[in-house]
Amino acid sequence: MGGPGAGTIKGKERYKAGVIPYKTMGYWEPGYTPKDTDLIALFRVTPQEGVDPEEAAAAVAGESSTATWTVVWTDRLTACEHYRAKAYRVDAVPNSPGQYFAYIAYDLDLFEPGSIANLTASIIGNVFGFKPLKALRLEDMRLPVAYVKTFDGPPTGIVVERERLDKFGRPLLGATTKPKLGLSGKNYGRVVYEALRGGLDFVKDDENINSQPFMHWRDRYLYCMEAVNRASAETGEVKGHYLNITAATMEDMYERAAFAKELGSCIVMIDLVIGYTAIQSISKWARKNDMILHLHRAGHATYTRQKSHGVSFRVICKWMRLAGVDHIHAGTVVGKLEGDPNMVQGFYNVLREPHNDVDLQRGIFFDQDWAGLRKVMPVASGGIHAGQMHQLIHYLGEDVVLQFGGGTIGHPMGVQAGATANRVALEAMIQARNEGRDIWSEGPQVLEKAAKSCAPLRAALEVWKDVTFNYASTDTADFVPTPTVSV
Amino acid sequence: MRITQGTFSFLPDFSDAEIRAQIDYCLRNRWAVSVEFTDDPHPRNTYWEMWGMPMFDIKDAAGIMYEINQCRQAYPNHYVRVNGFDSTRGWETVRLSFIVNRPKHEPGFQVLRQEGPGRQIRYTMHSYATVHPKGERYKGS
Repeated sequence: MGGPGAGTIKGKERYKAGVIPYKTMGYWEPGYTPKDTDLIALFRVTPQEGVDPEEAAAAVAGESSTATWTVVWTDRLTACEHYRAKAYRVDAVPNSPGQYFAYIAYDLDLFEPGSIANLTASIIGNVFGFKPLKALRLEDMRLPVAYVKTFDGPPTGIVVERERLDKFGRPLLGATTKPKLGLSGKNYGRVVYEALRGGLDFVKDDENINSQPFMHWRDRYLYCMEAVNRASAETGEVKGHYLNITAATMEDMYERAAFAKELGSCIVMIDLVIGYTAIQSISKWARKNDMILHLHRAGHATYTRQKSHGVSFRVICKWMRLAGVDHIHAGTVVGKLEGDPNMVQGFYNVLREPHNDVDLQRGIFFDQDWAGLRKVMPVASGGIHAGQMHQLIHYLGEDVVLQFGGGTIGHPMGVQAGATANRVALEAMIQARNEGRDIWSEGPQVLEKAAKSCAPLRAALEVWKDVTFNYASTDTADFVPTPTVSV
Repeated sequence: MRITQGTFSFLPDFSDAEIRAQIDYCLRNRWAVSVEFTDDPHPRNTYWEMWGMPMFDIKDAAGIMYEINQCRQAYPNHYVRVNGFDSTRGWETVRLSFIVNRPKHEPGFQVLRQEGPGRQIRYTMHSYATVHPKGERYKGS
């Protein structure tokens, strides 16, 4: 290893035409202490057979900053040492032969302020296809306060969202309209009305509900707002429906957003697949128009799920908090979709805490000061039902939207009854938790007692009592591996 | 109808012991408890009347229960809610809010639709109770 940059070739020799190892070009500086203003990225590197891990880390640092495959004399026209990313630490990944954690520091000057597109073009732009590596995963990032402050962050945030909705002290409840595809606008609005009337706070368009032949977007918006207003009058509560404004072009998205606003919707929705720039654009629009912005993480599992290659979802959470969304789907632990308990709690902490401490068990590798940036409300959605209420609150806390799609619409007594079952289960569990009861172990009794005066909850507990999704997670902590188990 | 604002409106009305347990929870979290009342239950009516200031310095649930009961006695046919306010940096907001008194009869809301161009509708939610002036509502209940 040696001292700072001991292997780095200096002076004239460094710039002789030809190919030299990245390690000797100045991208491996084992004595380097990152500055408070540096961005730090942690990669999981799997070098090809015979490739030295330090050389692999240096290559990642090089290819994600100034280097190319050969020496270029034009480096000497710049303060090139300043612009070079510096790999400064390589650790073997516990229990994973052939994998290494590489810590790389980047100077702030390498990045355009307030641009996720620029940040990601640098950090994940080229290196993931680099031949000397079998696989590469971006595990975590430390974003310096100086950089965080160049972003607006969530347009609304948890605190203001709750104040606007007048809903405190419990998770919010939602559901996605089902079937996802095929309902006409009028039939779709019926589902929305029933679910809101029965006790949900929000209903949601699914990620692929845009403007198809069976239901054009304007039709959907009009019927949904009828449903929202009727349900609000029937309950005296503020209600909402996430109107998905995802479309082919920004012009179309702005048109849909404007119409949602004109109709009085308090929330609009986008899909992650629209891209970082589109997300930042619509976030600015939402901020200007007092709109809550819901993000569905459509497509993320293509690159977040496998541990060896891609980008960890905790990094996506960090980018989305900077980019500025108010809601983001972040896992349920107990539902049908991938989600190790520790990993999911790590995502939630990134989204909701004012400051993250290092927490290796939850996959948090760095202290992160969010510098007053608003908090993002995580959304738990996919295969959850009322019978899991104690587990959901135990794992996820109260600042979360719990979305029971099938668990509302699939209720044997109808959609309203499904919504009521969820709301009663939720309120009973929050009451018990606040009273100091141990809901993890007493949860089933709390639900049973609440069900005595609530027939819909009784029916829900009966029909879904045996439903669990006990599969091993693929994205797990390297330090304390835990299986996903619903009890 | 039953207005379902607040954290626990889907449960049967709380007994005094149950209210007290929630107050204890607020006190354990060092939240200031406050009592508010209204006879205008529109969901966007943010500012209910304050029954005194938030009780920043009262640390026992009995003292707070006393204020709740005083308010309920003075306004038996109003909505009364109890809030827990968290002054921690990053929150500085209400963390729990639940109704502890409501009129016996709740007439609910009328939806008024004003038809606009392009099938658009402007919705107005009108509380039946507020046809009467403040203080004269929910008299029959």
